[in-house]
Amino acid sequence: MGVNVKEQNVETVAVKVDGRSIEVPRTTPNWEGKPEPTTVLQACKHAGIEIPHYCYHPKLPVVGNCRMCLVHVGMPGRPGPDGKQPTNEDGTTKIFPMQLPYEPQTPRGVIGCATAIMPGMEIYASSPETKEMRESVLESLLINHPLDCSICDQAGECKLQEYSYDHGQAESGFEEFKVHKPKAVDLGPRITLDAERCILCTRCIRFTKDVVGDDSLGIVNRGGYNTIATFPGESFNNNYTLNTVDICPVGALTSDDFRFQMRVWFLKETKSLCTDCGSGCNVTIGSRENKMYRYEPRQNDAVNGHWMCDSGRLNYKWIGREDRLSSLKGLEGKTTWPTVLKDVSDHLANADKGSVAIIASARQTNEELHLLTKLAKHIDAVTDSVPRKGKADNLLMIEDRNTNTTGAQILGITGKRVGSKLSSIKKGIESGELKTLIVFGEDVTKHGIDTKLLKKVTLIVSDILHNETTKAADFLLPGCAHAEKRGTFTNVKGRVQKFMKALEPPGDALPEWEFLHEIVHNVVGLEDFKTIEGLFNQMAGEVKAFKDAQLSWAKLGDHGLDVEL
Amino acid sequence: MPSEYKLVLKHVDQAGYSNDIKCYQKHGGYKTMKKVFKLKAKKTKDGVTTPQEIIRKEVLVSGLRGRGGAGFSAGMKWSFVDRKSGKPIYLICNADESEPGTFKDRQVMYKDPHQLIEGMVISCYANDVNLAYIYIRGEFPEGAKILNRAIAEAHKAGYLGKGICGTKFNLDIHVHRGAGAYICGEETGLIESLEGKRPYPRIKPPYFPAVLGLYMCPTIVNNVETLCNVRHVMEIGGTAYSELGTPGNTGTRIVSLSGQVKRPGYYEIEVGKATLGDLIFGKNFGQGLLDGRKLQAIIPGGSSSKVFREGESFKIKTKDKAGKEIEKKIDLLDIPYDFDTLMKCGSMSGSSAIIVIDDSVDIVEALGNLSDFYAHESCGQCTPCREGSLWMSKALKRMRSGQARKEDADYLKNIAHKIQGRTICAFGEACAWPVLSFVDKFRDKFDERGAEDEARLAESQMKEGVN
Repeated sequence: MGVNVKEQNVETVAVKVDGRSIEVPRTTPNWEGKPEPTTVLQACKHAGIEIPHYCYHPKLPVVGNCRMCLVHVGMPGRPGPDGKQPTNEDGTTKIFPMQLPYEPQTPRGVIGCATAIMPGMEIYASSPETKEMRESVLESLLINHPLDCSICDQAGECKLQEYSYDHGQAESGFEEFKVHKPKAVDLGPRITLDAERCILCTRCIRFTKDVVGDDSLGIVNRGGYNTIATFPGESFNNNYTLNTVDICPVGALTSDDFRFQMRVWFLKETKSLCTDCGSGCNVTIGSRENKMYRYEPRQNDAVNGHWMCDSGRLNYKWIGREDRLSSLKGLEGKTTWPTVLKDVSDHLANADKGSVAIIASARQTNEELHLLTKLAKHIDAVTDSVPRKGKADNLLMIEDRNTNTTGAQILGITGKRVGSKLSSIKKGIESGELKTLIVFGEDVTKHGIDTKLLKKVTLIVSDILHNETTKAADFLLPGCAHAEKRGTFTNVKGRVQKFMKALEPPGDALPEWEFLHEIVHNVVGLEDFKTIEGLFNQMAGEVKAFKDAQLSWAKLGDHGLDVEL
Repeated sequence: MPSEYKLVLKHVDQAGYSNDIKCYQKHGGYKTMKKVFKLKAKKTKDGVTTPQEIIRKEVLVSGLRGRGGAGFSAGMKWSFVDRKSGKPIYLICNADESEPGTFKDRQVMYKDPHQLIEGMVISCYANDVNLAYIYIRGEFPEGAKILNRAIAEAHKAGYLGKGICGTKFNLDIHVHRGAGAYICGEETGLIESLEGKRPYPRIKPPYFPAVLGLYMCPTIVNNVETLCNVRHVMEIGGTAYSELGTPGNTGTRIVSLSGQVKRPGYYEIEVGKATLGDLIFGKNFGQGLLDGRKLQAIIPGGSSSKVFREGESFKIKTKDKAGKEIEKKIDLLDIPYDFDTLMKCGSMSGSSAIIVIDDSVDIVEALGNLSDFYAHESCGQCTPCREGSLWMSKALKRMRSGQARKEDADYLKNIAHKIQGRTICAFGEACAWPVLSFVDKFRDKFDERGAEDEARLAESQMKEGVN
C-alpha cells in the first residue's frame, strides 16, 4: 500500500501505527463513496498492516458487530486550562493508552472499522493487548462453530480458518456443549445455509438489504441462538444472492452450484469478464484440468464493484458442453486449417465487390470485429449484427444482453440501431445480389434468414455450438468461448477491458482472431502483428475512439480504460 | 431516622387518587406546564435567552441525573442535541423498565400517567420537539392502555396537539409497545426497535442519539422518572431542586426494594439521604430480614450492578465539611444510597433497585439465575456478548447440576473478562459484572462447590472401578 499522500495534495492526519509515524488522508470514501473520516482500520492499511475483520466490508454499511478489529490505541491528553496538551518530561506530547473507565488497569480496545483517527493517535496494532483481544474474540467465535474444516467447503478461503492461524490461540477454554443449529438449509434456489458455521457478521443481510434493496434475509432468535433466516415460506431468490456466498467469511452460505465440486486450492484463477450482458462485470474464472468450476466477481469499482448477478455467474456451463463445435469443415471434405482457410480466402478474394454480407456477433471481441471490418471494407461487404434484449435491473444487469455492442458500434460493424440492415441483407440474398454470407456466432435462421435462403449463398460460418445456420454452412470454422482465448470487450459505458485465457478449446476450435487474421492477411494483405497484444495495439492506432483514449494492451491493465462515446 | 420524601410519588397510592386527568388537575396538575409556557425571553449581555434555553438551564442547574441506569446529567444530555441540523428533534420516553428488580416507572405510569405527560410536554417544549414517543415495555399492556387514555384526555384538554394552551407549540405523543426484550431498554436498541427493526444497539460513534438518533435525526431518550422530575424541577426551580438530596446527587429517587426483606416495595427518598442499611432495615423502609435470617449479599442497583457481600467495608475518597479531600472507611450498610458513593464502592445505583439476598440463598444458584437471564436477553449482535453470555450461563448450569470443577471460579471470570468493555453496548458489562463480582466476593462458595463435586466424582469413579 503506502500511498504517498503528500504528493496527492490531500489533507492528512499524522498518526503512529506500531510506533511508526505515518500521514494518512483525513477522509476516505465510505461504502457509498462519500468521504468520511479515515478509520483506524484504513490507517493501518496505509501503514501496510491488515487489521483482521469479519463484518466490515468496504462496500457495505459499517455495523461493528464482529469485534475482530478491536485495537488498543492511545490518545494525546485533553488540553488543560492553559490550553496545552499534557506533555512528557522531554516535552513530547503525552499519550494516554485507552483504559476501561471503570477499571483503569484494564486496556480498552476500539473497533478499527468505525473509529475515526485523530491527530497524534497511536495505534498499537500488534501489541500484546491487541493480540489478547483478538484471541478472545476468535475463541468466542469458535466455541459454537463446528471444528470440521476438513469437510467444510469453505476450507482454503475461510477467514475464520485464516485468522485462527494468524491470530488465534491453539486451545479453547470452552468446556460446555455447543449450540446446535439447522444445517443444509435451502435459503433459496441457489443458496444453502449451514447455520452452525455462521458467525453472524450480517454481511449477507446488509448486502441484500442495502445493496440489492431486498429485505428477504434477517435474523431470528436471540443471543447465542441467533440464526440467519428468510421469512417463513419466503425464498431468498433475487438475482444477486450468490454474492452473499462470496462475502460470507465462513462456510455458512454456499453456492448450490459450486459446493462440494472442487477444493478451492486446486483452482486455477484467470482474470476474465462476464459475457452475459453489456455491463462487462469483471470476473475470476476458477478452473482445474481444463474444466471450469465457477465464476467469481473480481473487484472493479469502475464497473461492478465487488458484485455480479446470479444469471451471469451461472452462465458458463455451455463452455464445457460435450456437443461443442469442434470439427472444421471445408469444401471437398477438407478438414485442416491451412487448406480450409486458403479456400475461404480465395473465395473472398475472388468475390465481386458488394456480393458479400457479414453478420457478425456483438458478443465477439473488439479484435475479431476489427478484423471483420477490415475485410468488409476491402471487399465492400455490408455488415451488421443481431440485437439481444432482456430486462434490466437497478444494479448491474442491463437491457442489452450482447457483451460488446459498444465495441461493434465503435468498430463500425453495426449502426446505432443494431440489426437494422438484416432485412436488406435478406432482400439481397433473395434477389441474388448477395452471393456470399459470413456469419459469426449467430443463428441467422432465427432472425429472418431461413435455411431455404441460406442455400442460395456460399455460407461461411464460425460458431461455438451447433445450430440451424452451422448445419447449412459450406465452410464451418469452430471458434472459442471467451474463456478459451484472449481479447477485449467494450462495455456499455465505453470501458475497454481485456480478458485472459483459462481453458484450451476443444478439437479443431481456434480463437477467431487467429484464423480471421489469416484470412484478412490473405485477402487484404495486413501484416504487422503476430499476437493479440500486437493486434490490439494495431487496432488502437487505427480506430479513432481507441486512439483518442491512447489505449494499448499493456495500459488496459486488469481493470480496463474508458473511451469517449 | 430517614424517611421517604415523596415528590414524584406524592399522590400515588393516596386514597381516592385516580389516574384520570381531572384528579391530576385537582392536585395541581399541568400548572407547571402552563407556568412554563408563560416564560418570556430574557435579554442578557450575551444576547437573548429564549424560554427554551431558560428551561434547559434550570434542568442543568438542578443537577438532575438520569434515573434509567447510567446516572448521566439530564441537562448535559440535552445540551448535546444537535439543534442546527435542520432535522426534526425527537424525544423518546424510555419506559422499557426491564432491569430485574426494578418496578418504579410502572408505579408512575399506572397510577399517575399525567405527571409523565406533563414532564414530557415541558421537556419537548424545552427542546423544540414536536413528536415524542413513549416506548413501553411489552409486558405492560395495561400501562400502554392507561397512557393512551391519558394522552387522549390531554389532547381533549388542549395539552397535546396543535397550538397547546394557546401557544404556537405543537406536540403529539405516541405510545409504542415493545415486544418483550430487555435490550430495547438500551437507547439505540430502543431506537432501532421503534424504527421497526430488530433492536440491535448501534455503534457509538457515530450513532449518538443526540445527533443521529431516531430516523437519523437528533433524539433525546430519557427515563420515565427523569421526565417526571423535569416537571418538579420546573415547579420548584432548578436551584431549589438541587438542594434536595446531596451535592452532585440531587433530587429524589424511587428505590425498588426486593428480596427477602419484611417490607419490599418502592420508596422515594432524597438521593443520598438514606443508607443501604436504612433502606433494608429502617422502620420506614424494608424493616429488616425475615425472622431468623441473616444478610448474605446486596445487589444495590438492579441485577447488572456488582454485588456486595455482607460485612464488606470500603475505603473511599470524599470531601470533609471544609472541602478537603479525605479518605474514609465506610461499612456496607452505611453507604448512602446515591450515584457517586456506590460507584466509589465498586458498584452502582443503576436503576435504583436493591435486591436483598439472605443466608437461605445458594449463591451459585443465584448467579446462575442471573446469568440465564442475560444469556436469554443478549441480542446476539456482537460476538463477545452473544457467545460469552451463553457460555457463562452454560457453565453455571453445569456447576448447578453436580459437575462443578475447582477451576470454575477462574473459568467464569476469564469468560467475563472477554466480554466487558468489548461490546457494542453496555449489555456486555451488564452480563459480565454479576459474574465477576459474585465470583470475586463469594469465591469460597464457588471453590467449595467445585471441590465437593470433584470429590464426589472421584468417589463414584473409585466405586465403579474407573481410572
